Amino acid sequence: MSVPEVALPDRPHQAAEASSPAAAVGSRLLHIARGAAPLLGSALLLAATMLVSLSLGKYKVSLREIALYFWQRWVGGNAIAADRMALLNGVLMEIRLPRILAAALVGSALSASGASFQAMFVNPLVSPSLLGVLAGASFGAALGIVYLKTWFAVEVATFIGGLAAVMLAVGIASIYRNNSTIMLVLGGIISGALFTSLLSLVKYLSDPFNQLPTIVSWLMGSLTLTDRSMLGKVSIPILGGLLLLLLLSRHLNVLSMGDEEAHALGVNVRAVRLLVIFAATVVSALTVVIAGTIGWVGLIVPHFTRMITGPDNTRLIPASMLIGAAYLIVVDSIARLAFTFELPIGIVTALVGIPCFAVVLRNARKGWN
Amino acid sequence: MALLEIESLEFGYTRQPVIENLSLSFAAGSATAILGPNGSGKSTLLKLLLGLLRPRKGTIWLDGMALPSIPLRQLARKVAYVPQVHREAFGYSVFDVALMGRMPHSSLFSRYSEKDRDAVREALERMEISHLAARPYTQISGGERQLTLIARALAQGAGVFVMDEPTNSLDYGNQVRLLERIGNLSADGFTFIFTTHHPDHAMAIADRVVMMQKGRIVRDGAPEAVIGPETLASLYGLPPGLFAQDAGRHGSVPRLRRAATL
Repeated sequence: MSVPEVALPDRPHQAAEASSPAAAVGSRLLHIARGAAPLLGSALLLAATMLVSLSLGKYKVSLREIALYFWQRWVGGNAIAADRMALLNGVLMEIRLPRILAAALVGSALSASGASFQAMFVNPLVSPSLLGVLAGASFGAALGIVYLKTWFAVEVATFIGGLAAVMLAVGIASIYRNNSTIMLVLGGIISGALFTSLLSLVKYLSDPFNQLPTIVSWLMGSLTLTDRSMLGKVSIPILGGLLLLLLLSRHLNVLSMGDEEAHALGVNVRAVRLLVIFAATVVSALTVVIAGTIGWVGLIVPHFTRMITGPDNTRLIPASMLIGAAYLIVVDSIARLAFTFELPIGIVTALVGIPCFAVVLRNARKGWN
Repeated sequence: MALLEIESLEFGYTRQPVIENLSLSFAAGSATAILGPNGSGKSTLLKLLLGLLRPRKGTIWLDGMALPSIPLRQLARKVAYVPQVHREAFGYSVFDVALMGRMPHSSLFSRYSEKDRDAVREALERMEISHLAARPYTQISGGERQLTLIARALAQGAGVFVMDEPTNSLDYGNQVRLLERIGNLSADGFTFIFTTHHPDHAMAIADRVVMMQKGRIVRDGAPEAVIGPETLASLYGLPPGLFAQDAGRHGSVPRLRRAATL
């Protein structure tokens, strides 16, 4: 005997629905529009933020001139003189745009991995650093600054440090043959603490006049070092990781209902969880490669976004990416413009983020449940 | 051959077995209630049936296939798990929760199709909770949550529903309403296997009662034959004579609306 298929009996009202296809199409379009509105809004916000940030700086460039510049560059015409074009090219394309794109990548990477971890661990207070990635990457960077010769080697050490810390956390969890998220969290605490101590050790052993200040300012986070060649190296793996998180957003919904239910819904919990951890770790570690450690973004942005999109990860993850990118561009603009000297961005994300978070927290339950 | 067949099953979390030499089979369309005291292995048995736990010995056959050899998604299309209602959860809309039932019907990186959404609409309709579709799952009553989870199982397309104490934490009215829905689905040909702590619930909707004690089956048969003053007293370790038929007090037992086919 076989399992009965769910063949539902025909019901009169279904025939009625089918008789007005226009209404059905209309309601369907409304449904799509309602789902797409937050995404479209976030995308517009990001575009506007990028444009405004492009015009801001010590060297003033008006929005109109930016528009003319791009028009002349891509379409043609000669409204702007050649030497002015060269100057704008230097300011906009060589200096500002790489930095804006780097801020956007870092912001969306931290926000998306934060949102993914919050869903996976069913906990609103989780940030991308949960499994130790930021501690590990910081240790890798410090170690590289002290012992490695080239800047590229430091970047590689940073990335490997982040990966190693998370592998340790996952390894500790799996030693106990226990796939529960609690063991993962404990593994992350152990791994994070270990790498934080190792970082202190490297700091202690470093040359206090040259190396220590470099390490400390790196740990405060900054986008000053970004250029086009670095962007070229990190953008593809970051975009790949973000794509993976987007594709797994349906699974994150299911995982957040609990392991047993997810399994009974046909989801290979262990494999999906490892994939999410892998993607989130790669993109988070790369943010440290680009800009050092930047806190609070991965915790605050998903919270804020959830109030707009609701908890459904298929909407939350993409919207978090867009809003996180816009947020970090704004914060970086503040960091480079607020004072005559440039502030480390990690300090600004905290100083801007914490009060925002305190205000948002009042309404946070709205998106949470 | 029976739809689901358990053959000399043994399982334990530690060396001490929780389930020992247990054999049982379920016919398609049957509704089986599993009764037993706390720690008797009821929930463990359900987890084994769902493939959440691997048996130490013995085999579970579904449609003639041994359980571990059935791919996860294929198993999920045949057997659905209806858990107890969640206390901690994200406020996904009722529609989105039911949509999760379509997971086993799509491949890893695909998206939900319009066919998936139609299946969810039908399932919500069938549970008569279409009006709740847009409401957050966390802001509806316990009874409505349980109906949402059943709708999810319907959307899953499964024929076998495994439920762990479905009426747990529901108020009396919601318990009755839920039992009614389960009774109707059972009459429509769905197979139910559920644990319960209420013999009267077993009486109301099951056509078979299995009593478990210390990982073994102690009684198995029609509800009227299995549930009685002596069997209940011995199952739960209560003094005999407690369930005297005429204790001088009268309760109200709901008479459920049953589908005409029964």
